[in-house]
Amino acid sequence: MDNNKSKPVIQLNEICRDFIVGEETVHALRNVSFSINEGEFVTIMGTSGSGKSTLLNILGCLDTPTSGEYLLDGVPAKKMSKNERAVLRNRKIGFVFQNYNLLAKTTAIENVELPLLYNSEVNGKERRERATEALTQVGLADRMLHKSNQMSGGQMQRVAIARALVNDPAVILADEATGNLDSRTSFEILTLFQKLHRAGKTIIFVTHNAEIAKYCSRNLFLKDGKLVEDTSNVNILDAETTLKSLPKEED
Amino acid sequence: MNILNLFKISLKALTNNKMRTFLTMLGIIIGVASVIAMLAIGQGSKKSIQAEVSEMGSNMIMIHPGAERRGGVRQDPSAMQTLKLEDYYSIRDEAFMAPYVSPNVSSGGQFIFSSNNYPGTINGVNIDYLEIRQLKLGYGEMFTDSDILTNAKVCVIGKTIVDNLFTNGEDPIGQTVRFNKVPFTVIGVLQEKGYNSMGMDQDAVVLAPYTTVMKRLAAITYLQGIYCSAISEEYTEIAIEEIRSILRQNHKLETGVEDNFTIRSQQELSSMMSSVTDVMTILLACIAGISLVVGGIGIMNIMYVSVTERTKEIGLRMSVGARPVDILSQFLIEATIISIIGGLLGVIIGVSATYLVKMIVQWPVYITSWSIMLSFGVCTIIGVFFGWYPARKAANLDPIDALRYE
Repeated sequence: MDNNKSKPVIQLNEICRDFIVGEETVHALRNVSFSINEGEFVTIMGTSGSGKSTLLNILGCLDTPTSGEYLLDGVPAKKMSKNERAVLRNRKIGFVFQNYNLLAKTTAIENVELPLLYNSEVNGKERRERATEALTQVGLADRMLHKSNQMSGGQMQRVAIARALVNDPAVILADEATGNLDSRTSFEILTLFQKLHRAGKTIIFVTHNAEIAKYCSRNLFLKDGKLVEDTSNVNILDAETTLKSLPKEED
Repeated sequence: MNILNLFKISLKALTNNKMRTFLTMLGIIIGVASVIAMLAIGQGSKKSIQAEVSEMGSNMIMIHPGAERRGGVRQDPSAMQTLKLEDYYSIRDEAFMAPYVSPNVSSGGQFIFSSNNYPGTINGVNIDYLEIRQLKLGYGEMFTDSDILTNAKVCVIGKTIVDNLFTNGEDPIGQTVRFNKVPFTVIGVLQEKGYNSMGMDQDAVVLAPYTTVMKRLAAITYLQGIYCSAISEEYTEIAIEEIRSILRQNHKLETGVEDNFTIRSQQELSSMMSSVTDVMTILLACIAGISLVVGGIGIMNIMYVSVTERTKEIGLRMSVGARPVDILSQFLIEATIISIIGGLLGVIIGVSATYLVKMIVQWPVYITSWSIMLSFGVCTIIGVFFGWYPARKAANLDPIDALRYE
């Protein structure tokens, strides 16, 4: 992975997405084009209503563009059927949501195993091994059998990240992944993302928090459905250092 | 996606949410159980009403000597001598639709025991008479075939006779009662039957072997009547035709010649019986229909709500790569498991509740296999359908809409 960083994972070409609300047509995305290479840690920023969630949904094959072309790992996503898109999500994309979206009353390991259950190429033994490995990667090796309602927000988000990792996706899509967490836990999660980035993962992080951009390699800025800024960040801050500088919580 | 994984997913979803699973199942359990219990109570009432009506002898057939004409004048049927013992034997041996046959000869007179006497009629019959008339022996015993062969002077008496003759509370069994100077030994007492619907005392009876009455009392060689009972109420008409052809053959009556006997059945009772049965059948159909609708709506609601509230979960599953068909299969498997287990538990609970009702309030109950199959079948089908339908709706949503569903 590391030796071929220039390979594009995501290519968007003139993407438009319109919503019809009553009589009006809302243009959520207008002619957005960019490409993301393997191993990049990209933030997509913008104020609310700027179209960043819509873009994320299209990137994640949850939604289809009204017009334009989208290639995920070289595969055109526009022409696919629902089933094909589901398989694509299963093999190529890992989602991390703002509100975690774990299965209720289900253990951490079972939550992580979920994507692999929908992949018939993975047998039970391999499934458990890969889920254990993913949970170990996010530092929850000792909490595998905890149920989702027995965990803190940070822990739940780590489980969600492990779930996104377990199918070894081409890209991890995070939607306001730190939005529900306090600043200390946010930096813990950010540290984790940086670790994954260094390990060669491609990560797209949608946020309205400008500070997070400082920790990423590239920033995209959306405004009114248009891509208005695309900058590379040369001076990437280390989230772990920031975390250490934060005042310790008083217990 | 293999089916084994889908089963795993479904089972996990069910076991991880035991309360939800149980509550959903409860809808089906109650639906099935209430239908079974209602139908069992309904069926029980129907059976007991039927039994009460047939106790009056709705399948009874009476054969009397016919009104013959002599020189244009109709004769009193009781004076006719057209029914012979041979007719009784033929009917007994050849009429398949009438398993119980008894000759009947009677003689009137005064019963005397010590200083008491009571007027009455002694009926000469055979053992089948008890079955035909739905009489039951209270205590003592019925006379036997050998008593009939030997013209034994024994009798079985009813409650009214006991009350009038044995005024000092003596045990009637073994006592000798004189009837027209002939002494009879009482060997049995019939269960009390009360008055019939015409106001006739059904307990003022004395039964003796027909041979005894024919030879020792009435001194006749013909029969005054033959009583039969058909296999069941609905076979009465067929039995009558069968008996008619036997008797016509015995009496060598040519085609076109009038019967020299009359056969009558308890028509009033049988029409009452069928109208009672009809009403009960309609009532039962209503009970079954209403219980099924009520149970079905309950199941429908709970399945619908429990699947709809899981729309978000469906969205999540789809976002990690479940295809619509995977979602549908999962919910179909869940609904099937819940419905079948719930249905089986419902059957068990319904049957036990029925027996509990029988034990505690002593209601007549009767469980039929069709009521179990009907309730189980309908509730399971409704359960599966209303588990599948909202799941199909959710699976057809875009994953993003399902995820955002509140």
